[in-house]
Amino acid sequence: MKKIRLSKSLKDNIITYGIVILAYIIVQIMVSSGNMSSLMQGLLVPLCVYVILAVSLNLTVGILGELSLGHAGFMCVGAFTGAFFSKCMEDVITIGLLRFILAILIGGISAAVIGFLIGMPVLRLKGDYLAIVTLAFGEIIKNIVNVLYIGKDSNGLHISMKDSLSLGLEPDGKVIINGAQGITGTPKDSTFTIGVILIIITLIIVLNLIHSRDGRAIMAIRDNLIAAESIGINITKYKLMAFSISASLAGIAGVLYSHNLNSLMATPKNFGYNMSIMILVFVVLGGIGNIRGSIIAAVVLTLLPELLRGLSNYRMLIYAIVLIVMMLFNWSPKLVELRKRFSPRRLLNKTREVQ
Amino acid sequence: MAALLEVKNLGISFGGLRAVDDFDVSIKKGQLYGLIGPNGAGKTTVFNLLTGVYKPSEGIIKLDGVNITGLKTIEINKAGIARTFQNIRLFKELTVLDNVKAGLHNHYKYSTVEGILRLPGYFKTEKAMNERAMELLKVFELDEEANLLASNLPYGKQRKLEIARALATEPKLLLLDEPAAGMNPNETIELMNTIRFVRDNFDMTILLIEHDMKLVSGICEELTVLNFGRILAQGETSAVLNDPQVITAYLGE
Repeated sequence: MKKIRLSKSLKDNIITYGIVILAYIIVQIMVSSGNMSSLMQGLLVPLCVYVILAVSLNLTVGILGELSLGHAGFMCVGAFTGAFFSKCMEDVITIGLLRFILAILIGGISAAVIGFLIGMPVLRLKGDYLAIVTLAFGEIIKNIVNVLYIGKDSNGLHISMKDSLSLGLEPDGKVIINGAQGITGTPKDSTFTIGVILIIITLIIVLNLIHSRDGRAIMAIRDNLIAAESIGINITKYKLMAFSISASLAGIAGVLYSHNLNSLMATPKNFGYNMSIMILVFVVLGGIGNIRGSIIAAVVLTLLPELLRGLSNYRMLIYAIVLIVMMLFNWSPKLVELRKRFSPRRLLNKTREVQ
Repeated sequence: MAALLEVKNLGISFGGLRAVDDFDVSIKKGQLYGLIGPNGAGKTTVFNLLTGVYKPSEGIIKLDGVNITGLKTIEINKAGIARTFQNIRLFKELTVLDNVKAGLHNHYKYSTVEGILRLPGYFKTEKAMNERAMELLKVFELDEEANLLASNLPYGKQRKLEIARALATEPKLLLLDEPAAGMNPNETIELMNTIRFVRDNFDMTILLIEHDMKLVSGICEELTVLNFGRILAQGETSAVLNDPQVITAYLGE
């Protein structure tokens, strides 16, 4: 009995990793054989970013069971700290890959720290209240970054919240973060391969966490807070753990995002609540708590608008219809029942029973 | 024999309402103790006070000689009190096995890093956890259902699983809040046997709230009767149940 269960979750995980690796191989073949348009090639890194974001948000929404609408804020933290680091170290560390790995670590850690700090007060709230407050924090992060000026000269770093002139830089200094204009000229270190490696690292962290003592505690809190407390599970600790890991992974996605762009700005479109809600849509459509579903939903919903570009005006209409249909397919009780009846696993079991 | 649980002068008010007043009880090690009373008498409030869900306005709670008054729920659980709930509170989306393993949380440990990187400590501890959890499930005849989701268990088994989960935390004192609620007579008899079995085989001290008089008179050695938050009668089961005051409180004039 025990063995079957272990191998079942293991099998599930292997399928998830398999899908990612298979997709990577197919894309590599298509690129090398010239079967992929440059437009699609440009979408590959953003795809990885969205997949990591969706998986990491699923840790908060699906596993911890708390609705967070500020996920783009953590991505923003990662994007800017990572890009800032790369810009500062551009001349010091000349090996691109090493610098990028360090940038990823720094982006992840700073997002985790911010996640921890925000989580401490916010995770005392529940449900809608938590959602609204996280949304507000996400916006605050974005707006702070928008008025942040940081420059570097021979004296070190200068920080201002007013404008670039008040930094008082020496003639040899340069402005790294220029307020609303953000960071320009970040080294373009992100590649699809690194993106896929980061997806796999994200999956390892999230899936292994879920199937461990800590993951069990986190899910116990989700299922019944009072009972979890009564058996001695430290609620605050595990809520913060899940929230910070989720934020940290979003930060890593942010680093990947920022190193794919020439100019990084904190606009409502990329780091605002629109983005947070889009990530939430991936999670909800893919199935709350279903990691593989998040990946698939993120890929489908990112590619769809691009694939439908030919239909110009009807593009967003079809996108909306697909959203509704997917939602019904995943969540309507009747359809869920129907799907279960015709699922290959069940049919397989049936034939086995007959034998 | 020394008392395992010693409660003195316990009380709490909610606004103007005196929910529990001047509550004393002393439970010996290995005893099966009953807490009964009409609806709204404050029985569950007493449980919530004992487990730190509410902070008492006055009074002292001592477990095994240690003062645990005012501690947080998780600290009280670590000190050795585990409970079940009147309305079942299982981890519904976890398997039966994982419910019990969650109960083992503080007794089998490995770090987060070991868990994420799947270091040897993870496999070793998880294996030990699985074995211990299966042992507990066998006691409650739930081992066949180990891989079901807890929410898919029939009602009677859910009650049992809750007890198994509470026992997994290795308590000194087990609080059962209406364990027989919603059970048919056969299930109740089975439950009585289970409770006795737990007491005998786990050296457990059990305090239970119950309305089912057959269960109470069948297994409890001593009783406390609460009425309007105050103790109405206390002592040996047969004596208490024949107390005219108790009969009046339950049946009316």
